[in-house]
Amino acid sequence: MLKGRSILEPMDMTVAELEGIFDLADAIIDDPEKFAHACDGKLLATLFYEPSTRTRFSFEAAMLRLGGKVIGFSEPNSSSVAKGESIADTIRTIACYADIAVMRHPKEGAPRIAANNTDMPVINAGDGGHMHPTQTLTDLLTIRRRKGGFTNLKIGLCGDLKFGRTVHSLIKAMSRYEGVEFIMISPEELRVPEYVRKGVLEANNIPYREVKKMKEVMPELDVLYMTRVQRERFFNEEDYIRLKDRYILDLEKIENAKEDLMILHPLPRVNEIAVEVDNDPRALYFEQAKNGMFVRMALIMKLLGIEVQ
Amino acid sequence: MIVNSIEKGIVIDHITAGTGHRILDYLNIDTKNNTVAFIMNAYSQKHGRKDLIKIENVTDVDLTVLGLLDPTATVNVIENGQIVKKISLELPETVVDVIKCKNPRCVTSVERNAHHIFHLMNAETHEYRCEYCDDIVNMKGE
Repeated sequence: MLKGRSILEPMDMTVAELEGIFDLADAIIDDPEKFAHACDGKLLATLFYEPSTRTRFSFEAAMLRLGGKVIGFSEPNSSSVAKGESIADTIRTIACYADIAVMRHPKEGAPRIAANNTDMPVINAGDGGHMHPTQTLTDLLTIRRRKGGFTNLKIGLCGDLKFGRTVHSLIKAMSRYEGVEFIMISPEELRVPEYVRKGVLEANNIPYREVKKMKEVMPELDVLYMTRVQRERFFNEEDYIRLKDRYILDLEKIENAKEDLMILHPLPRVNEIAVEVDNDPRALYFEQAKNGMFVRMALIMKLLGIEVQ
Repeated sequence: MIVNSIEKGIVIDHITAGTGHRILDYLNIDTKNNTVAFIMNAYSQKHGRKDLIKIENVTDVDLTVLGLLDPTATVNVIENGQIVKKISLELPETVVDVIKCKNPRCVTSVERNAHHIFHLMNAETHEYRCEYCDDIVNMKGE
């Protein structure tokens, strides 16, 4: 049962619980009207200590489309955080008013501090360069709807794999399925952190390769997961400028890719996917963004223990 | 070298040679008011060389810290000049407020009163991971 639990990283949900969320998300996509009053009288708090468009809007839209209401802040300067309030105190206060909370924070592990200090379900909406479990739900739902499942997939991850929290979460989630293999395409400085390499890939004997060039591995891939080099994660602007344009996906690069390749991106993109790729049927990042709202609707319902007959 | 035996206290024996000073640092014993003997590089039948610490009148040391720093060490509790208890150490599964997370992006760097919690990830390599940010610390080399 997911009711009452916090979701801080993908492994907080079992494979069966994930399937339950995806089944519910599929049902919502098929008949959204049926769920329009599922969360009547419920309140979602959105605590965004860092800018966000997609994730915040998709959570807010999800709750509103379920008939619930939303309170919160979208930048910490407009809240008591600016007065120096701790995360622990903030969440204890919010829990007096809301039924469920979503938190994005630039510091890694911040949502865990929140979850440890309340009985209200807390959802991690991205903590620094660490984890982003609901983006992973979005990614997985998109893959499941196209591929029918998660086994025997060769997944290319490209760009900023060091600070890319969506990548860390996706690797963790996919590590539980049979026959999954990763090809990680990045400059040496932006390779996945040790806790992902040792703690997830090597600990679970997941085959992976680290390469520097995208084109040579393109024909092998079933999924290509592009990421943005994130300016906000660098302490040094020079490093960001040196690395930001290293990988740009264009039509020429996917010439020899599989017909059913899935090109995914957590968005927002800067220039790592050329606009010309958008019209290719394999470009699925906007479909992915849409799925994000539906899967968050499903997650909110599960955490609140709400069922619609 | 002769170090007198103690009437009451503890003897931390079989400390891996060279790590005794770290153990003393972490145990934070009040050396102004307690008699402490610290022997480095003593002969050991088992290990060749070892460090050894004797602390008089103190019996309640933090065994979690000891296990974390040197799980091969042994602790003898002495009362009335006799060993009343022998304790074998092991790597603790979880340590609280012993290891500080050094990741500048970790929430523990900004959140007041947050406990620094580390979980054992690999017993062979003595690697621990931060509960919050998953950063890995190798306690063999710390």
